Amino acid sequence: MKYIDEYRNAKPAARYARSIARLMTKPWTIMEVCGGQTHAIVRFGIDALLPHELSLVHGPGCPVCVTPLELIDKAIEIASRPNVIFCSFGDMLRVPGSAKDLLTVKAAGGDVRMVYSPLDAVKLAREHPDREVVFFAVGFETTAPANAMAVYQAHQQRLANFSMLVSHVLVPPAMEAILSSPDNRVQGFLAAGHVCTVMGCEEYEPLARKYRVPIVVTGFEPLDILQGVYMCVRQLEGGRAEVENQYTRSVRKAGNLSARQLIREVFDVTPRKWRGIGEIARSGLGLRPEYAGFDAERRFDVAGRRVEEPAECVSGRILRGLIKPHECPAFGSRCTPEHPLGATMVSSEGACAAYYRYRK
Amino acid sequence: MNGEPAHERIAEFSCPIPISDHPNILLAHGGGGQLTHSLIEKMFAPAFRNSLLESRHDGAVLSFNGIRLAFTTDSHVVHPLFFPGGDIGTLAVNGTVNDLAMCGARPVYLSAGFIIEEGMPMETLWRVVQSMRCAAARDGVQLVTGDTKVVEKGKGDGLFINTSGIGILEHNLSIAPASVRDGDVILLSGDIGRHGIAIMAVREGLSFESAIQSDCASVAGPVMELLKTGIEIHCLRDLTRGGLATALVEITEVARLQADLEETAIPVREEVRGACELLGLDPLYVANEGRFVALVPSKDALQALTLMKSHSGDACVIGRVIAPQSRSFESGVVTIRSPIGASRIVDRLSGEQLPRIC
Repeated sequence: MKYIDEYRNAKPAARYARSIARLMTKPWTIMEVCGGQTHAIVRFGIDALLPHELSLVHGPGCPVCVTPLELIDKAIEIASRPNVIFCSFGDMLRVPGSAKDLLTVKAAGGDVRMVYSPLDAVKLAREHPDREVVFFAVGFETTAPANAMAVYQAHQQRLANFSMLVSHVLVPPAMEAILSSPDNRVQGFLAAGHVCTVMGCEEYEPLARKYRVPIVVTGFEPLDILQGVYMCVRQLEGGRAEVENQYTRSVRKAGNLSARQLIREVFDVTPRKWRGIGEIARSGLGLRPEYAGFDAERRFDVAGRRVEEPAECVSGRILRGLIKPHECPAFGSRCTPEHPLGATMVSSEGACAAYYRYRK
Repeated sequence: MNGEPAHERIAEFSCPIPISDHPNILLAHGGGGQLTHSLIEKMFAPAFRNSLLESRHDGAVLSFNGIRLAFTTDSHVVHPLFFPGGDIGTLAVNGTVNDLAMCGARPVYLSAGFIIEEGMPMETLWRVVQSMRCAAARDGVQLVTGDTKVVEKGKGDGLFINTSGIGILEHNLSIAPASVRDGDVILLSGDIGRHGIAIMAVREGLSFESAIQSDCASVAGPVMELLKTGIEIHCLRDLTRGGLATALVEITEVARLQADLEETAIPVREEVRGACELLGLDPLYVANEGRFVALVPSKDALQALTLMKSHSGDACVIGRVIAPQSRSFESGVVTIRSPIGASRIVDRLSGEQLPRIC
């Protein structure tokens, strides 16, 4: 397939792997931030091509994994109400809350629907004026423009029966939380290419300077990732700490200006709780006061809920790159995709699920 | 009263799947993945235990005075009833015909049970019945008995059809997962993933540049020819929900062998690959309705491939069966070599494949 097969070719992959090995004079630990990259690394076996002294650790960039338990419980509570049509992307449906998941709500008769775009939810709201349509707005900067557009359109169309349960998170504050942690072992980052397609690369410059860490904006195909690793190792070996762009076919330095403008129009930067990591200041997006009428937490009066994470799940340590999934004592025994203890085992992009599915 | 202690008898009647796991049936219990597997293994198989059921094949092979018959059943629920490349009627006939063919049987007789929702237009039912008539005629099978039930409006999704079938085995081979041997070659009859993506595109209103047609078809023709040429077929399996991956995982688990696949050898149409990339789905797990795998000894592989290619140009060798290469693989495993040359495990899907966020 055009623009895909070129990036999944065994010969250049082997060449890149050899070049990386030649560059290395000492061990390095690099974190790929995005869950999509983690998935590609494990699915294509990219790490198997790399030298043993290079450790790839898997970062917090899976939106499903970092959505806090209490938000899932709120989603389940709202979805269980009789007059609600609850819309979500597919992979949120299976994430366990404290007692059940959204698929269970659906099995018990709740109107839970999988949609491919938040604009589908807006359309549903128009078609069902007598029902409350709620969209579960989860994700990083990548999904924020489409979600902002949905709220913007609902506002324009004066749709009183549309609302959003928002749990948007931002990548740079999570990277800073990892770097500033005393037990941090990450020496270089592959930043998430699609996030930077929207936001650009500039907001990573202060991080690279302050923590003396190379950050390479990287794509998602095997050759993208290998080239990203190569660029990162070259910086580490050369003693440099800069922001570089591997994913030039998609990412411009300033990002997508109209998408950024739309995000600013609808959302404000807010503190956000991350599953397994805790609350991080200025790490998420929430609806601005002008759009607060579309906030499902207010409309359904669930804003005050607090839920503690189960102690046995170590996904927080996995998301910070401190341990690998198979090092968790519950991995594959008490925690499987059928009976996940935490979201990293549920999402197709979760590090634990990727290891379980492709490695066991 | 028998002599067993009371608690053992009670245990027989208590549900073997802990209620705390899944107190209710989820869609994934019918998805062909891990939950379907556990429903069969923990509830159905122990409840109905017998030696024929143990073969875990697409149908049962029964012997009567030297005559071997295959017997199978399949229920069909599909929304929408009509989709690009087929409809519920063609599916209902082809599905059961294919299951019989996978036992190495020549399909002969079918039954049909219709569960119809009140209010369904007579014309719609007529079109489905005509599709069934044509599909049956193509394979030379007769629909010899049936049943009709009508449920109240809202209690069914338009139309459900169950078909059962009987076929005759006209050879002495034992075609089943247990017959698979170290060294067998794995042949695939055509490109994969078309049915699942065609249905999803219609159901979810996804539009692609060209409409993706379901692969819905009978595979009895090529299978009967394979048998006629005397190829020593070890196992056949049609790829339905759960896709190629699930079919091979099931075979290797019974055979307790390792199947090594080559990802670049598996044909997937451009438009299906595109849809899968877009939605974050793996074509290995996407449903098919007219494809099968054949596992044959390497001496017969070329002949089998030539014959299969005469039916579909996409037919190909996708891998090989070997003895398990590590202790943890001894209960059976499927591995696949990725396009960049590294190997990974192919497992059953834990639930339904769900499109991902970004």
